[in-house]
Amino acid sequence: MPLYAAMTYTADVDWTRPEYAAEMAEYNEFGQAAQAVLRGGKALYPTATATTVRVNGGKGGDVVVSDGPYAETKEALTGFYLMECADLDEAVQLAARIPAAWAGAVEVRPVIDFGN
Amino acid sequence: MVRDERARVLATMVRVTGDVDLAEDAVQDAVVRALERWPVDGVPASPRGWLVVTAKRRAVDLIRREARRSGKEAAAMMLADPGGEPPEVVRDDLLRLIFTCCHPALSEPAQVALALRTLGGFSTAEVGRALLVPEATMAKRLTRAKQKIAQARIPYRVPAAEQLPGRLRAVAATIYLIFNEGYAAGSGADVLRTGLTAEAIRLARLLVALMPDEATAGGLLALLLLHDARRPARVDAVGLPVLLADQDRSRWDAGTIREGVELVGTALRRTADRPDPYVVQAAIAACHDLAPSYRATPWDAVVSWYDVLLSISDQPVARLNRAAAVAERDGPAAGLALVDAIDGLAGYPWWHASRAELLHRLDRGAEAATAHQRAVACGLPAPQAERLRQRLAGA
Repeated sequence: MPLYAAMTYTADVDWTRPEYAAEMAEYNEFGQAAQAVLRGGKALYPTATATTVRVNGGKGGDVVVSDGPYAETKEALTGFYLMECADLDEAVQLAARIPAAWAGAVEVRPVIDFGN
Repeated sequence: MVRDERARVLATMVRVTGDVDLAEDAVQDAVVRALERWPVDGVPASPRGWLVVTAKRRAVDLIRREARRSGKEAAAMMLADPGGEPPEVVRDDLLRLIFTCCHPALSEPAQVALALRTLGGFSTAEVGRALLVPEATMAKRLTRAKQKIAQARIPYRVPAAEQLPGRLRAVAATIYLIFNEGYAAGSGADVLRTGLTAEAIRLARLLVALMPDEATAGGLLALLLLHDARRPARVDAVGLPVLLADQDRSRWDAGTIREGVELVGTALRRTADRPDPYVVQAAIAACHDLAPSYRATPWDAVVSWYDVLLSISDQPVARLNRAAAVAERDGPAAGLALVDAIDGLAGYPWWHASRAELLHRLDRGAEAATAHQRAVACGLPAPQAERLRQRLAGA
């Protein structure tokens, strides 16, 4: 069955702060409900911790490191799940149960299977 | 005959291969072979069966060629036995293809384009022309949509009963948009545009045949038929649109109207407690189609139906249409007050055009001329702009 990445975009969240405990509980609730299809996933530190790396002039060129996320948007990438689903409909159904879907948005994308 | 079978054969091939692109290539090849062989060998007893078998062989060839590069021999094996298909499977294939093309995970323009391409059998160039998009843009849009179906695994199936109403709406909206593309053009000479309305009606008929109990399907078909019935009278000899009030009603297609009205009746009985927007709009169209003259239109009924429509979905354009009906029933001043009270249509040419018309009727000529200018500036189509200009000039 194909794997889908469900990337959560919401207002920047610092999951390590105690006031987010309630929100975290909702995510845990989702995690338990979707246990059967979840193959991985992590929460990310807020975008203030992001470092964006580029290499100018192609492979082996100058490494340019900048402070902040790759794309500065109102909604930040706050975490992701890996889900194994039969098809996009099932993935969308599950994504709709991730709290980020009502606080922001969840982008669902199939993961490439390079199959050996 | 080949064209009639094309959509059905393609639908079956999409089910078998799970890949719209591959299925199209295989069906295209089978169609070319049919055009070569049938005139020589005679038309086979089962043209569709012949096409499916030939397309499957071609698909196996294509997959094998691909397999040599990526080692997916198993995919070719799956197709190796081209057996006969029971008719109900084929029927469901078409329904599945409609729902796949109109999947909500695809953008609306992609849904319409894909439906025209696969279900209508239009070429990419024709789809581009029909939707007023450059061919290269359309080719990219179609490629993206087909890749998304294959890679993101948009399922090829009729959704479960509880999802059906939501999905049926996307399907109906797509067919309605295809119809509108052909209907709103308003120019009688453009053959392809008439092709669009005919294609939309064919798809709506298919939907009704496949889901005879769904009021949305019946309402949609009724709506399209009741609009299409007026087509012969909508354009005058020099290609200018004729307003509903001025149309020669003897040129309306009585047979089509009868069919549409019957469908509305059936659909209304089914949805007495839960009005469906297509059925309600079809009921409004039926009021117009059945009126012996514009003056004899039952405006009370039309306004009431708009009230029902607004209770289901309160859209500014529906309010505008209701205001036009109120103007006919209660006079232009009452209509204008309602038109002026609608928010959010300042960029909509028909809002300005309606104001121009009502101001003209109230003998407020200067304001009418200003409203007409705004309508033109917002993109009122040239023939309609000219027709309205003539009216305001008292021609």
